[in-house]
Amino acid sequence: MRDVYVVGIGITTFTRLEYALSEIASYASMMALKDAGVTEVDDVYVANMGGPRVNHQTALASAVVDSLSLTPAGAAAIENGPASGGSAIKAGFQAVASGMDDLVLVAGVERMREVNNLEATDFVATLTHPIAEYIYGVTLPAHAAMFTRLYMEKYGVTERHLAMVGVKNQNAALHNEWAHLQQEISLEGILDSPEAMTNNPYVAEPLRFFDACPVSDGGAAVILASKEKAEELGRPMIRITGVGQATDTHAVFEREDPTDLLAVRKAAGDAFAMAGITPQDVDVAELHDAFTILEIAESEEVGFFPKGEGHIALENGETALGGTIPINVGGGLKGRGHPVGATGVAQAWEIVTQLRGDGGTRQVEDAKTGFTCNFGGFGNNVVCLTFERED
Amino acid sequence: MSVDLEKILRPIPSPMEPYEPKYMLLASGEAAVVREVGRDEIPDLLKYVEPLLHVERDFYDVVASRVYAELLGHYQFRFQDQYVLAVQIDGELAAIVNGRQVTPNLGLSLHTLAFRRGLRVGAHAFAAKMEYHFDQLGHDEVLIVAESPIGFRRWMIEYKLEKRFEVPHELGGVPSWALTRELFDRARASLIVGRRPVPPEMLAKAMAGILPPSDPPTPALDPLAATRAKSDPTATALMIERWEMEGRSEDA
Repeated sequence: MRDVYVVGIGITTFTRLEYALSEIASYASMMALKDAGVTEVDDVYVANMGGPRVNHQTALASAVVDSLSLTPAGAAAIENGPASGGSAIKAGFQAVASGMDDLVLVAGVERMREVNNLEATDFVATLTHPIAEYIYGVTLPAHAAMFTRLYMEKYGVTERHLAMVGVKNQNAALHNEWAHLQQEISLEGILDSPEAMTNNPYVAEPLRFFDACPVSDGGAAVILASKEKAEELGRPMIRITGVGQATDTHAVFEREDPTDLLAVRKAAGDAFAMAGITPQDVDVAELHDAFTILEIAESEEVGFFPKGEGHIALENGETALGGTIPINVGGGLKGRGHPVGATGVAQAWEIVTQLRGDGGTRQVEDAKTGFTCNFGGFGNNVVCLTFERED
Repeated sequence: MSVDLEKILRPIPSPMEPYEPKYMLLASGEAAVVREVGRDEIPDLLKYVEPLLHVERDFYDVVASRVYAELLGHYQFRFQDQYVLAVQIDGELAAIVNGRQVTPNLGLSLHTLAFRRGLRVGAHAFAAKMEYHFDQLGHDEVLIVAESPIGFRRWMIEYKLEKRFEVPHELGGVPSWALTRELFDRARASLIVGRRPVPPEMLAKAMAGILPPSDPPTPALDPLAATRAKSDPTATALMIERWEMEGRSEDA
């Protein structure tokens, strides 16, 4: 298997974008192509979840290739729920690692604000089990709320811990010019003051408004290359050292213990094993904090902290910039936003930015090893990646 | 002669108890003061509202133009029983709300214009004026309309307003919705916040002058929306960028 490098990255502002789905992807892709200094690729993978349903657009990869004048490159769209981005990077990785391709463009894109919040919530809920969950009105906030309640009872996580994640990540987004939320929040304002319950009401108890990521539009892209091609291009050598993907039961109630995210555990374990590193070797991580509880739970499942102690590490500042394992320093999904199909690629964008040392005021000092966890479904399809800067 | 005509043109104000200022903490932890704006301060507000007339998103242009006209009418004594409240953060203007008394029992909501976004400033401001109508002016009902989807979510849905479609609202003659005292009391615990009295230093800072909003809504400048969706639907700009990378000129 050949080594695979990220030689170009691109992203759009995550916000409401009144722009065609394919053009959002193309804009991010153009940035990545320019960053890499290439005008042609062998294959294109475009990650997206809602195009056919929300934007009435199918065959998205064909549209992107055409708008970028990348024909006759091969092109395919990848729909894998919120793990679409990570899955597309995995597909691109396989294409280069196998020797089939030398250069691959991987883009992720979503335009969810074309519909109202109710429709957007319903669209995301279509990833749940159609018979056991969806028809009963289960949404992702509802899933996350039940998960949170169990986590609180079992491990002592409190609403304060959730709010701490929200404040950490939303305020981190202030250092990321591409992030959706550019508004500082405080524990006093969302938790402790007499006005907190109005400022930050429950959306699905015990989860409150600031525990959830925003609904965002946006795109992100990376260019993957073989070692020979990467050396030829002369860009910083950021290698994808590990790839892990795992699944769990579709219906959450079928899991022996719903607080165990087994797919996260296996995907992360596989990625670390492939890279030949341990979780403690990671300098900077991107975890899929669609809801604040998920950052805490994933930080345990991937092995950064013992099970049930993620919230203690949070209290101790270990997950903040300057801590032992800074998590979501670019805002995460909570602050950067969560255009579903783009998220896995945006996580890679942030890690490559960090490993290049281009993080500006959010830069993790001397970051050499990075990690991403792209969490699909309610933990039923997860992609984890490890990255390393080669000096 | 002109003096007599001016007397005819000016409405005779009804007695209205002044709004009692309050303050609240926002999600950011900042303290926001809500207070009534005097007629002499209206010219300042007009300066800050005017730029929003040109913000063609989220119906800021529609709302700002109507607020501008209402404030100007108020300033020049051409409005019956209007009041204006301002939300200020460290003296800086964060929102304007206004309304008027139709009869001693009936209030009418005019507008809510937020200059700071993402902190429920507009929602807090709207709640303050409803509180004024019911708790201080003693109205039984307030007629309301929304001019944007955001307003509809905030007023019609959050307060569960009743339909008064048989009553054309003064804003464009569209069907009215109504917040009754009973609905207001139901919403009181979850939507109405604020503390009184305002600490003297905080109130003094607000009263010293209305400072301009530091981060008001601006016309959409997103490079995707502004330069490509409207002017370049065929994505020609992307191709031109690619040609430039390849060393080809635009007319190649």
